[in-house]
Amino acid sequence: MLNYVLSRLLTFVPTFFGVTLISFAFIRVLPGDPIIVMAGERGVSQERYDQLATQFGFDRPIYLQFWDYFTGVLQGDLGNSFVTKKPVWDEFFALFPATLELSLCAMVLAVLLGLPAGVIAAVNRGKFFDRALMSTALVGYSMPIFWWALLLIIVFSGNLGWTPVSGRIDLLYYFPDPTGFMLIDSLASGQKGAFWSAIRHLILPTIVLGTIPLAVIARQTRSAMLEVLGEDYVRTARAKGMSPRRINSIHALRNALIPVITVIGLSVGTLLAGAILTETIFSWPGIGKWMVDSIFRRDYPVVQGGLLLIAVMVMIVNLTVDMLYGLINPKIRKR
Amino acid sequence: MTDASSTQTAKAIGEERPSRLKEFWFYFRENRGAVIGLWIFAVFAFLALFGPWIAPHDATEQFRSNALQPPFWQEGGSTEFLLGTDPLGRDMLSRLIVGARFSFFVGIVVVSVAASGGILIGLLAGFAPKWVDTIIMRIMDIILAFPSLLLALVLVAILGPSLINAMIAIAIVLQPHYVRLTRASVMSERQKDYVTSARVVGAGTLRLMFVTVLPNCLSPIIVQAALSFSTAILDAAALGFLGMGAQPPTPEWGTMLAEAREFILRAWWVVTFPGLAILITVLAINLLGDGLRDALDPKLKRS
Repeated sequence: MLNYVLSRLLTFVPTFFGVTLISFAFIRVLPGDPIIVMAGERGVSQERYDQLATQFGFDRPIYLQFWDYFTGVLQGDLGNSFVTKKPVWDEFFALFPATLELSLCAMVLAVLLGLPAGVIAAVNRGKFFDRALMSTALVGYSMPIFWWALLLIIVFSGNLGWTPVSGRIDLLYYFPDPTGFMLIDSLASGQKGAFWSAIRHLILPTIVLGTIPLAVIARQTRSAMLEVLGEDYVRTARAKGMSPRRINSIHALRNALIPVITVIGLSVGTLLAGAILTETIFSWPGIGKWMVDSIFRRDYPVVQGGLLLIAVMVMIVNLTVDMLYGLINPKIRKR
Repeated sequence: MTDASSTQTAKAIGEERPSRLKEFWFYFRENRGAVIGLWIFAVFAFLALFGPWIAPHDATEQFRSNALQPPFWQEGGSTEFLLGTDPLGRDMLSRLIVGARFSFFVGIVVVSVAASGGILIGLLAGFAPKWVDTIIMRIMDIILAFPSLLLALVLVAILGPSLINAMIAIAIVLQPHYVRLTRASVMSERQKDYVTSARVVGAGTLRLMFVTVLPNCLSPIIVQAALSFSTAILDAAALGFLGMGAQPPTPEWGTMLAEAREFILRAWWVVTFPGLAILITVLAINLLGDGLRDALDPKLKRS
C-alpha cells in the first residue's frame, strides 16, 4: 500500500510541473501586450513601458521568467491582479467559499436524489420506474445547463416570482463573513430573514449545477447495482431466503457504492466546469465567474493563477479518490 | 481463432464481417430509444446538409416591423413566422434550421480531429517503449487536470473567439479521452495470442498497430465518438453562449441563446427554441451512443 501511495504521489510532481508550465505558457501567447492592457485607455510612454517591463520581468529570458514564476508558486505567490492589484492567491481564496458552498449543495442534491433513483431503477429493471427514471436521467445528462438555467429563471423568477435571479443574498442584509459560506454566516449573524434569503438565492444555482452530476450518479448507481445483483453472493443470499429489501440494502448497495463513490469524486472537474456557466448566469461571486471575467478583461495573472489553482485542486481530489479506491479495492494497487 | 495464423484470422474476419454487421443491427434494433435517436439524428443531418434550402426565410433577413413576434399559436403570431421572430425580426424557425449545420459541423470536425489524433497517440503510447508511454500519459494527465470548458475557454481566448477556434479548443480538450481509451485496449489486445502469432509470422510494428490490433480496439472508440459528438455540440454551444464561440449574426444555437438572454422575461420563445434544439439533438446522439454501446459490448449482450 505504501508503495502504491508513493508511486501515485510521484506522478503528481511532473503533472504539477506540467500544469504550471501550461498555465504559464498560455498567458505568454494570449494576444495583447499585458503592459498596454494594464495601462488601459490612458496609454503609456516608452520610458514608463520599459520601466514596467523591467518591474514585471517581461524583458528577461522566458525560461528565467518561468523559473521565477515556478519558485513563486511554490511559495504561494501567484502575482497580483492587473485590475484590482490584489494578490491572486488572496482573491482566489476570498471567492472560493462561494463556489465550494454552491458545489457542495449541488453535490448533496445529486447524491440525495441520484442514489435512490439509481437503486430504484436497478431493482425495477425493465419496468416502468426504470424506464421513467432512466429517460429522465438521460435528459438531464444531455441538458445544456445554461439553457436549463434560463428556463428555471423564466418560470421560477419571472412567472412565479419565487426566487431571485442573481447574487448570493439580498442587498439589504449586511454582516461579517468569517467563514465565507453564506448559509453559515447568515445564520450566525442572527438577522431575521437573512438565512432564508441565502437559501432562496441558492436554490436555482444548486439545481442547475447539480443536474448533470445527478443524472450521472443515477445512471452509474443503476449499472453498478445491476452488476452486483448478478453476482453469486447475491444469489446465495436470495437462495437462503433473505428478504429482497435486505439483499438490496446490505449486500448490493454497499458493494455497488464503490464505483459510484469514484464517479462522485471524479465529477469535481465537471462541477467546476459547470460552475463557470452557472456562476456567470446567476452572477454568483465565485471562482467560475471570476475566471470568465478575468479572461474577458485579459487579467493575465488571474487567468494564469486561477487555471493553476483549479487544476491543482482537481488533481488533489483525483489523487485522493485514487488512493481511497486503492484502499477499498486491493486489486487496483497491483497495477 | 486465437491460435490461427494471421492469414487465416484475416480470412475468418472477412467471411464474418457481413454477419457481424447484421448481428450489430440485430442488437441495435432491440433498443427502441437508440432507433428513435438514429431517426432524429438522420433528420438533424438532413437539416444540416440542406437547411438553407428548406428554411422558409433567409436566416439573417430582418423583418423589422415583425420584431419579437410570438409563435403562430399565440395571440399576435402569424403562420408566416411559425416559431416567431427574434428581437431583430429574424425568423426563429429559419435560424434554427440553418443553425443545425453549425452544430453538426462542430460535432463532425471535433470528433474526427480528436479521435484520429487520440487514436494515433494512443496506439503510439501502447506500442512505444515505456518511457515514451510515460511521457505521453503524463501530458494527457496534465490536459485532463483542467476542467474541459475552462481549458477550452482559455484556448479560445488565446486563439480569438470564432467557431473554428472553438472547435480546435474542444478537440484538444476531448482528445486525451481517446488516447487513454485506445492505449488501454491496445495494452490488453497486445498480450493476446493472435497478436503474438502475427508478430511471429513477421508482421512489422506498423502492420501490428494498424492492421492487427486497431480493428479490435474500435468498439469502445466508436461509442466514445458518439458520446463526444454530443459533448462537442454542448461545449460549442456553451462557448457560443459565453460569447467565445460563433459570433453573431451566425445562427449557431448557443450564440442565439446568448443574444436572446436579455429578452427572457419578455419573449420566452427566443430563449426556449434554440435550447430545445440543442437538447433534442444531444439527447438523440446520447440515445444513439447508448444503443451503440449495448450493441457493441458483448458483456451486456449476454444479459
